[in-house]
This record gives sequence, C-alpha cells and structure tokens, in this order.
Amino acid sequence: MGGVRTGVASAAESACAGRLPCRVEMAIFLEQLVNGLTVGAVYSLVALGYTMVYGVMRLINFAHGDFFMLGSYLGYTMLVTVLAQSNLPLWAMLCVATLVSVVAIACLGVFVERMAYRPLRKSSRLTAVVSAIGVSIFLQNAAMLIWGARYQAYPPWSVPEVSWTLGGVNVSLMQLLIMGISLVLMVSLYMFVQRTTVGAAIRATAIDHDTARLMGIDVDQIIRIIFVIGPGLGAIAGVLLGLYYRQIHFTVGWSYGLKAFTAAILGGIGNIPGAMVGGMLLGILEMLGAGYISAAWKDVFVFLILILLLIFRPTGILGERVAEKV
Amino acid sequence: MSLLELKDVRIAYGGVEAVHGISLAVERGRIATILGANGAGKTTTLRAISGLIRPRSGSIRLADADISQTPAHEIVNRGIAHVPEGRRVFSTLTVEENLRLGAYRHRGHPEKVSSNMGRVYKLFPRLEERRQQLAGTLSGGEQQMLAIGRGLMPDPDILLLDEPSLGLAPKLVQEIFRVVRKINEQGVTVLLVEQNARLALRVSNYAYVLETGRIVLSGPADGLRRDPRVKKAYLGEK
Ligand SMILES: Nc1ncnc2c1ncn2[C@@H]1O[C@H](COP(=O)(O)OP(=O)(O)O)[C@@H](O)[C@H]1O
Ligand SMILES: [Mg+2]
Repeated sequence: MGGVRTGVASAAESACAGRLPCRVEMAIFLEQLVNGLTVGAVYSLVALGYTMVYGVMRLINFAHGDFFMLGSYLGYTMLVTVLAQSNLPLWAMLCVATLVSVVAIACLGVFVERMAYRPLRKSSRLTAVVSAIGVSIFLQNAAMLIWGARYQAYPPWSVPEVSWTLGGVNVSLMQLLIMGISLVLMVSLYMFVQRTTVGAAIRATAIDHDTARLMGIDVDQIIRIIFVIGPGLGAIAGVLLGLYYRQIHFTVGWSYGLKAFTAAILGGIGNIPGAMVGGMLLGILEMLGAGYISAAWKDVFVFLILILLLIFRPTGILGERVAEKV
Repeated sequence: MSLLELKDVRIAYGGVEAVHGISLAVERGRIATILGANGAGKTTTLRAISGLIRPRSGSIRLADADISQTPAHEIVNRGIAHVPEGRRVFSTLTVEENLRLGAYRHRGHPEKVSSNMGRVYKLFPRLEERRQQLAGTLSGGEQQMLAIGRGLMPDPDILLLDEPSLGLAPKLVQEIFRVVRKINEQGVTVLLVEQNARLALRVSNYAYVLETGRIVLSGPADGLRRDPRVKKAYLGEK
C-alpha cells in the first residue's frame, strides 16, 4: 500500500517537474480561491451593468466594457496628476479618484444612452447592437488617442502594499478591499432593487414598458437610472482592477468586458443576483484553471465556458425559473 | 360638461390607419361602453387616450385640457387610469408590489398608498389574502381583480377598462361587473370596452358601437339594447 502511494506521488512529482501549479496543496488551493474571488468580484460588478441594461432594454451593451476601461484610466489620471500634487492621505486620494471616475463615467453612460441608444429604441435589436459596437470602437480609439497605445501603470505609491499570511495563505489588503467593496455594493444594489419603490419600478419596466408607463413610471428616467448604476459600478471596478493588476490598456474593455459578459450569461442574463454569482463563479473557475492546468490558457477557459453556455444553457445556471429579467 | 372627449381622432400603426376619425364623450360620474367585434379598434382607442400611442390627428380632451400630446406616464397624474387588455400584471412582482406601483404617483406619501391599498383590499378581499404572493401565480380572475385594483391605486377620475371579463368563468364575469358598478358608485367615471354586450349595456349609461375603426351607432344604453341592429349583431337575438 505504502509503496504504491509513494510510486504515484513520485510519478506526479516527475510529471510536474517541480512546476508550482501541480502541487495540490490546500494552501495553494485557498490562495487561488482568494485570487478567484477577487477578480470574480470585479467581474460581478461589471456583469451587473450588462445584465441590468439587458433586463430593461433587451440590449447587449457592447460598450459597457469600455466604460469600465475608461473608469480605470480616469482613476489613474486623477491619481498621477491632481492627487499626486496634493498632500491628502492615500485612502482619501483613492476615494477622490474613484468618486471622480464614477461621476464622469455615469455621465458618459447617460450621454451614450441618449445619443446612441434612445434614437434606436424602436428599431430592431440588431441595429442597437451595431450601434453599441460602434460606441465601443469609438471609446477605445478615444482612449488610445488620449492615453496612448502603450500600457500605463497605476503608480506603486498608489497601491496599499499590505498583506497577511493566514494559515499559509497570502491575502493582501487590496484583495480584501476589492471583495469587501464589491460585496457592499452588490448587497446595496440588491436591496435598492428589491425593497424600494423605484427598485420595483425598475423591475416592472424590465417586464413590460407599456404597462409600466400606465403606472406613471417614466421609462426614460428608469433607463437613465440604469445607465448611472451600470457604468458607475463599471468605473469602480475599473479603478479597483487598476489598483490590483496595476497595468491598464485601452483594450481591457474588450477582454474584461467579455469575461464579465460571460459571467452575466452564466448567471442568466437579466438576473441581478445571477450576475453576482456568475462573476464569482467565473473568477474562481478561471483562477483554479490557471493554478491547476495552465495560467497561459486561463482566458481560453473563460471563452470555452461562454461558448458552451451559449450552446447548451443560454438561460444560465440559475435558469429560467428565477430569471426575473432585470 | 364631458370629463373625457375625443374629437375626430385618427390613429395609425405605421402607415395603416386603424381608427378613422372617431368622436365620443364620457360624462363625469357615468359609465360609457365601447362595443365592437375583434379588431374594431377598441384597444387602439384606449391606448391613444392613455398616451401609449399618439393619434395621427384629432383632439383628446380631459376636463377641457388637450392631452393628445401628453406622455403616457403623465396622463396617469392627470387622472386617467388604464387597465389594459389581458390584465398585464407584473407577474414576478408580488400582489402588494403591483398595487404599490399602481400608486407610483403617490410614492412620496406612504399614508396615501396604504389607505388606497386598504380600499382595494376591501373591494377584493382575496387580494389581501394573497398580498405576498407573486402576481403570476394568481388565477385569471384574481389577476383581473389585481389589474383593476392597481388601476384604482392612483385615485383616477376616470378608469379605462379593456375587456375585463375576457376569458373568465360566468360567475366571475358577474362579479367583475358588480365591482365596476360599485367603483362607479364611489365616484369614478368609467369607460368600458367589452365584447360581452349584454352585461356591458346593463351596467352602462351610454354606449358606442365601433366597427372597423368607425362609430356606427351610439346612444343611451337602454335604447341600444332595444335597437334591432344591436340585437342582431351583438346580443345574438333576432
Ligand atoms: N401593434 C399593432 N400594429 C399594427 N396593427 C395593429 C396593432 N395593434 C392593432 N392593430 C390593428 O388595428 C386594428 C384594431 O385593433 P384593436 O384596437 O386591437 O382592436 P380591438 O381591441 O377592437 O379588438 C386591427 O386591424 C389590428 O390588426
Ligand atoms: Mg382589444
């Protein structure tokens, strides 16, 4: 018995040739779990924007990832220009940078909806999707012209470099911040949508625009609210991810946007709790895949999940039953 | 003076005109009915009154103010509530949430919302028993009660009812008509659209007969009940 086990272990050892991901240790598993929950929280925040817009307008807002990207850049610019000159404490700088980014991106969201989507609200859905792709290309190119085609990086001083080792698992302050802030935002959003009258109006509008209007609900205003919340959360996610990975590029709207979109589909598009769960699940799957199979292939896993979902389960894991389309 | 008055209203979908210049008036405190076969243009007319479609021409006046260009969500605030065809309750919201949304115009006044909700529950005790239930899980009759109750929540001066008896068992149909009369007795003017001409003529004061987008007959309900053309086409009598 003992001999067999040693044989298997040494076979695994030699097959892995000392590569870290192969060592199936609990600590590494937990560490990947924390990494997964961290990026997953960011995916969830971005996925909420896709899902809420889809729920209310049946539009896949392909420009949503670019709101996230611009949010990340704006936070960066605030930090390296105005805030770098100030003598605010770091936490205050980060709050100001995030706040400015959120307000600007929310305004941009409302503006884009007014200019590019509202005129097409009565046209075919495909027309609106083409318009969304157009907005996305426009925003990406604008970002490239403003910030350049090369990677930019959040300055080292802007990232709180604090971390702890808990039972062999390395957890950084940034990770806790990302998970904590996302959790608070998601719970607040859920409460707002489920418990307030305006929240009920959002859900009603998602079900039936005309009947919502008969209630006295201004559907244009509800859509504006959606385009404040979605891009606003996207901007926060952009700043958080910028601080986490440090690097930003004008194409991250597409790469992360597509992942967040996958998360939204995973949870059942239009479903708010679904987007939250979908994001977390995708983050965990991605990180475990990176840890145990190959880091280089992690994006491939995500898109494999997307393709398989679209083919086999387009209603998402939470399915039709609970998919209240908001 | 009429509470609601349509003059020469034409309504089109795309290029195709569905309502060819109709005029009608509803007196305050009364019940008026629009009768007509499927596709006559009854729903289209109600949707124009509540602002969901813009008429191509003509005027729609509520208490002497033109509302033909007013957006739908503001028309409720002016005092018109529309209970749409097919009930259209918000199926994944609870009964109570549906009623709350009916009172969206009162959203800053929770006491007002709860007193109106109390009135609706008095009218339809079944709804109170089911207030935490999702509207989609109610029976057809209960959904119609909810749709009517939701229409009363904003304190309308006039209630537009589009085929409230459609698809209901005879006993429930009677119940719905009894409620319509009761609502009217409480001071709400009613414009009713119905295919059940017999009962509709019995509860209403005045009626219009719509055929392919035109009013072909109108008059006090009692008179129309005896009109040979109405008897033949809508009451199934010789
Ligand atoms: N959304 C629509 N688009 C195009 N035509 C419509 C639409 N709704 C109704 N119509 C047409 O308008 C006419 C009147 O319909 P409607 O008002 O629904 O009649 P009723 O309520 O009396 O049954 C019909 O010929 C119908 O086909
Ligand atoms: Mg109809």
